[in-house]
Amino acid sequence: MITVNGIEQELVGSVAELVAAVTREQRGVAVAINGEVVPRGEWGTCPLADGDTVEILTAAQGG
Amino acid sequence: MDTALQVGTDADPLILDGGEYASRLILGTGGATSLDALERAIRASGAEIVTVALRRVGTHTQGLVALLDRLGLRILPNTAGCYTAADAVRTARMAREAFGTNWIKLEVIGDERTLLPDAVELLAATRTLVDDGYAVFAYTGDDPILARRLADSGVTAVMPAGSPIGSGLGIGNPYHIELIREFIDVPVVLDAGIGTASDAALALELGCDAVLVASAITRAADPAAMAAAMRHAVLGGRLAARAGRIPRRREARRSTANIGIAEW
Repeated sequence: MITVNGIEQELVGSVAELVAAVTREQRGVAVAINGEVVPRGEWGTCPLADGDTVEILTAAQGG
Repeated sequence: MDTALQVGTDADPLILDGGEYASRLILGTGGATSLDALERAIRASGAEIVTVALRRVGTHTQGLVALLDRLGLRILPNTAGCYTAADAVRTARMAREAFGTNWIKLEVIGDERTLLPDAVELLAATRTLVDDGYAVFAYTGDDPILARRLADSGVTAVMPAGSPIGSGLGIGNPYHIELIREFIDVPVVLDAGIGTASDAALALELGCDAVLVASAITRAADPAAMAAAMRHAVLGGRLAARAGRIPRRREARRSTANIGIAEW
């Protein structure tokens, strides 16, 4: 299992899959695994492991 | 050209991080009731730079980046919601990846009730991010000494709070804002506390290079109208600051000469 944006789910093959499941956008989106930023170019190749915590963030209205 | 005609044009640009901006009004996007309302406010404000926060992808985040890109705006991501230097640095790294910008409005909050910044954490995060190549826009209090420390640390702009975020209380200590302007050479952007147009004008009159307004526009009954008011206030304030105001006097000084006055 991994945790994505605070919700537990099954381990999947790539970060790119996780992003595609929550948004069609790529611009304005950033991903971190266990607190470390994963550059966009590595979304397809960066390995995910059981127990990982993933944050997928983007712009929200804010001052 | 007359000074009056230069303000708000390319001849009197706001210079930030080597770039030139005609508008001295930076718009915070927080608080808008819809993307349509936000778009109308942005257009009325004339702002070229807008702030955004970073949050988990969800329905509430849909369409915002596309809107800002369509309007050709420069995005200034912030670290809103961070209470430690470590969290703020992590958020800044995510912002750089998300938006491909080294700009970061650094907010490290020290207290939930006032949302005033934590000076110690702010300075620590500033040093880390400046070393890392970020252009740091540091949200700070109105302490001139801390402003000097931030400027010495290499920030791109110092952003003192006029009063607590979203309070609309205006500029609580204009004397300190004026001192900050005198103490440092980097741009000063009055951030937080603006309630209405006269507050924005005062910030410019005190020597601030620009103002950041969010709630005062987005939560006004008519956000687009208030955005237009802020746009004019900033132009007026900038012009007044450069026009050389008369000194304050305790007693009257007649403006009509007594020469030639009739005798009855």
